[in-house]
Amino acid sequence: MEDLKKMGVLDAVVAYKNKKYSVEELTKLYIEQIEKYKDKNAILEVFSDAIQNAKNIDLKREKGEKLGRLAGTVFVIKDNMLYKGHITSCASKFLEHFVAPYNATVIHTLLNEDAVIVGRANMDEFAMGGSNENSAFGACKNAFNDSFVSGGSSGGSAVAVALNMCSAALGSDTGGSVRQPSSFNGVVGTKPTYGRVSRYGIVAFASSLDQVGPITKNVEDNAYLLNILAGCDENDQTTLSVPVDDYLIDIKNDISGMKIAYCKELLELYKKSDYYDNFVRLADFLKSHGATIEEVSIPNICLALPIYYIIAPAEATSNLTRFDGIKYTTRCEDCLDLNSLYVKSRTEGFGDEVKRRIMIGNYVLSSGYYDAYYVKAKKIQKYIVKMFNKLFTMYDAMIMPVTYGEAFKIGSKNNDPVTMYLEDIFTVIANISSIPAISVPYSKGKNNLPLGIQVLSKKLNEKIIYQIANLIESDFGGYDSE
Amino acid sequence: MIVNNDYDVVIGLEIHAELNTKSKIFCGCENKFGHSPNTNCCPVCVGMPGALPVLNKHAVELTIKAGLACNCDINDYAIFERKNYFYPDLSKGYQISQLQKPICLNGFIKLDSGKIVRLNRIHLEEDAGKLVHSFNETYIDYNRGGVPLIESVTEPDMSSAEEAVEVLKKLREKFVFADVAHCRMEQGGLRCDVNISVKPKNSFKLGTRTEMKNLNSFKSVQRAIDYESKRQIEVLENGGFIEQETRKWDDEKGISLSMRSKEDSQDYRYFPDPDLLTIKIEKNVVENLKKSMPLLKEDRINKYECEFGLNSKDVNLLVSTKDISDFFDNCVEFLNKPKEIANWILTELFSKNIGEGISISPQNFTKIIQLVIDSKISRANAKVLLEKIMEDGGDPVDLAKKLDIYNDMDDSVVENILARILRDNDKAVSEYSVNSEKITQFLIGQVMRETKGKANIEFVKKYLKEKLK
Repeated sequence: MEDLKKMGVLDAVVAYKNKKYSVEELTKLYIEQIEKYKDKNAILEVFSDAIQNAKNIDLKREKGEKLGRLAGTVFVIKDNMLYKGHITSCASKFLEHFVAPYNATVIHTLLNEDAVIVGRANMDEFAMGGSNENSAFGACKNAFNDSFVSGGSSGGSAVAVALNMCSAALGSDTGGSVRQPSSFNGVVGTKPTYGRVSRYGIVAFASSLDQVGPITKNVEDNAYLLNILAGCDENDQTTLSVPVDDYLIDIKNDISGMKIAYCKELLELYKKSDYYDNFVRLADFLKSHGATIEEVSIPNICLALPIYYIIAPAEATSNLTRFDGIKYTTRCEDCLDLNSLYVKSRTEGFGDEVKRRIMIGNYVLSSGYYDAYYVKAKKIQKYIVKMFNKLFTMYDAMIMPVTYGEAFKIGSKNNDPVTMYLEDIFTVIANISSIPAISVPYSKGKNNLPLGIQVLSKKLNEKIIYQIANLIESDFGGYDSE
Repeated sequence: MIVNNDYDVVIGLEIHAELNTKSKIFCGCENKFGHSPNTNCCPVCVGMPGALPVLNKHAVELTIKAGLACNCDINDYAIFERKNYFYPDLSKGYQISQLQKPICLNGFIKLDSGKIVRLNRIHLEEDAGKLVHSFNETYIDYNRGGVPLIESVTEPDMSSAEEAVEVLKKLREKFVFADVAHCRMEQGGLRCDVNISVKPKNSFKLGTRTEMKNLNSFKSVQRAIDYESKRQIEVLENGGFIEQETRKWDDEKGISLSMRSKEDSQDYRYFPDPDLLTIKIEKNVVENLKKSMPLLKEDRINKYECEFGLNSKDVNLLVSTKDISDFFDNCVEFLNKPKEIANWILTELFSKNIGEGISISPQNFTKIIQLVIDSKISRANAKVLLEKIMEDGGDPVDLAKKLDIYNDMDDSVVENILARILRDNDKAVSEYSVNSEKITQFLIGQVMRETKGKANIEFVKKYLKEKLK
């Protein structure tokens, strides 16, 4: 019998309908797999009710009741998504014992569609980071090599998918946190258009940039999942009321006639890496399928990075003020007054990177600096958004790298946080512009680690990026199984 | 009261009022006072991780109405901003408020003296929870968190405690009559902070101001201003400086105490809230809200005096509360006899305890009046009927019949009775010329007794007058 663990979402849904297996059996297989790879530190907790929930779904199937669109699948969720009755810790000491009192909308959707949720994945603390080394519970290791980072902040989710600990996973992407670890672990990760998926119940990092993104074993699974997760939510006023497309139906369409752009300035940067030739090969591949590939110049595109590191920390510092030691968080012992309660709780509860970003955020919002930093950054953001709006009137899509290269060694970028930040140039662009972007595996690096490529398009045009990504995947192949 | 002839007192107010919405400003929790602690909250108003605000449209509409009532300009768009600071009653660590683009700008209150006190703005924001202090512990109740508040900020145009209290009273009146806020101070529905400074009489330069908080009644506002202005003048007379600070008013001791100084003052790091969209306020929406607004007190006074021709003493009584005025308006809709209705309200209802509400519907009230007009019941019996309905309810006609006070007697029947009474009381009839008043009353009494009070008294009087001439 084929290894059930390797099934993606669509395969599982079909096989389950055809009674090829029970989801109880599949859940147990995944729990075993998680245990087998526990040194990767990808999963912070296996939920004790997963098997019972799986049994309930099997019972539904037995009784002939109507099954949800995810019946037969098993999911891992990032540790910043509230799952009622279960711990949501955001990989932070502060929320180590916090039990979610309600379900995030996306979790509610998964449960409604009969998915089983087997555990919560490791991440950079409060989603701040690009390596998963900022977790209070230890770094997560790359799926293929323990000496290398998993990437972040959705590191655990990406590794779980790559090593078949689940059918698929959910991550969240604020500056690349779904796409970068997906690229580092050879899986598919998407950041939808801002507002396409509800943020209700996702612990907020940067409210105007955060989006939930599916991480999957192949492109079709990803499209299928987004079909289910996308939509307007009355609990989140930033969600869009535009009807949801069917992202799967035309995914196999060819791309002939499409006009695809790449950015001159970003490619200049990419020449520094060892993988520039890969990019050229990809462009040729797409051309051979009938697309036109053109270079466009977007001067000042690199401003996206510094403005990201102004806007995101500003919003984050405000979002994290609620973690003060008073309510649902770990409170420090023996504090003499209110002020020291705040100071001690936050000193003990937060890791270094979180503290760093809180301080940056407060600085750029403080009186005397607000106009020079935050207001200026928002102005530049408007300019970048305008530029992309214009660009996508002339082009269907854009391709660009996800990162400079494959995963880096654990600990190699810890001395200077700014070098870590500089890695984000290719991914923050989509968040700053609110446009959709996907990372799909297309090559391997010199350490034999996966490399992904990024496809972007205008707002609400996920259909196109899925088509292009699907083609890329079909040619270069998916991820490498164990 | 003039505090000191050599100094001017300069006062500005920041007034918070809780809006009359059904639910809180950013979530579906009930907007109601009096729940037991922490039972009227949800993930949103408690600021749970992952919770997001969803704007209550009605709160925006009421803010616009508040602005219209105070002659404000309504901005064509408004934004919400986060005011960031740490305090246990602020569950998210920031208050969602408005700074750069409030809903209402400018505006004014006109005092009885004719003086204009300008408003700088009225903006919409959320309330924080409440801290309850006991011996050596503090408890936090989040029930009040998320209640929609409008903050009205005046310019420093007031020069006495009396003027400040008058502004508060007039503002409360406007908000109550416009149905925007109930302003019950004992429930925290209206709160006031006072900014006060003093300056030498002929100086144009404003002095350093202090801010006073914890003023829970009009009386404490009055006392606090009087105390603080005296205190500041004394400091200056003794050669000292006023520190810009926040002071807490202790009503029991009658003094103000320093709370925090300028050095401790916060940088709130305001920025637009990314979870909420810009509010677009279309002109036609404002127009419609204006049309749908209940009349303000001054407009009702005008209407009652000019349109209905009522005298100003009666009018002032009718507008003394919004409830009475609304009741009057509703009655006039049912029965277009405003003078009659006003009379009834002032004589019959005012003597009863209507502080908690008028326990009869305008419909039934006017029905009773109509019965008297139609001579179906006597004025005296109408009083009884009214009391019974206010106590137990019921339909006036049905109840009148049940109580046997309803006059369904034919005039001919009454005439027969009258004729008989005259025959049976010929002695009294003969004395009519001597004492017409007394005899008439006696004979009316006989008729009323015979008819059990149902006879149409005017008809009886007329008949007797004619027959006894």
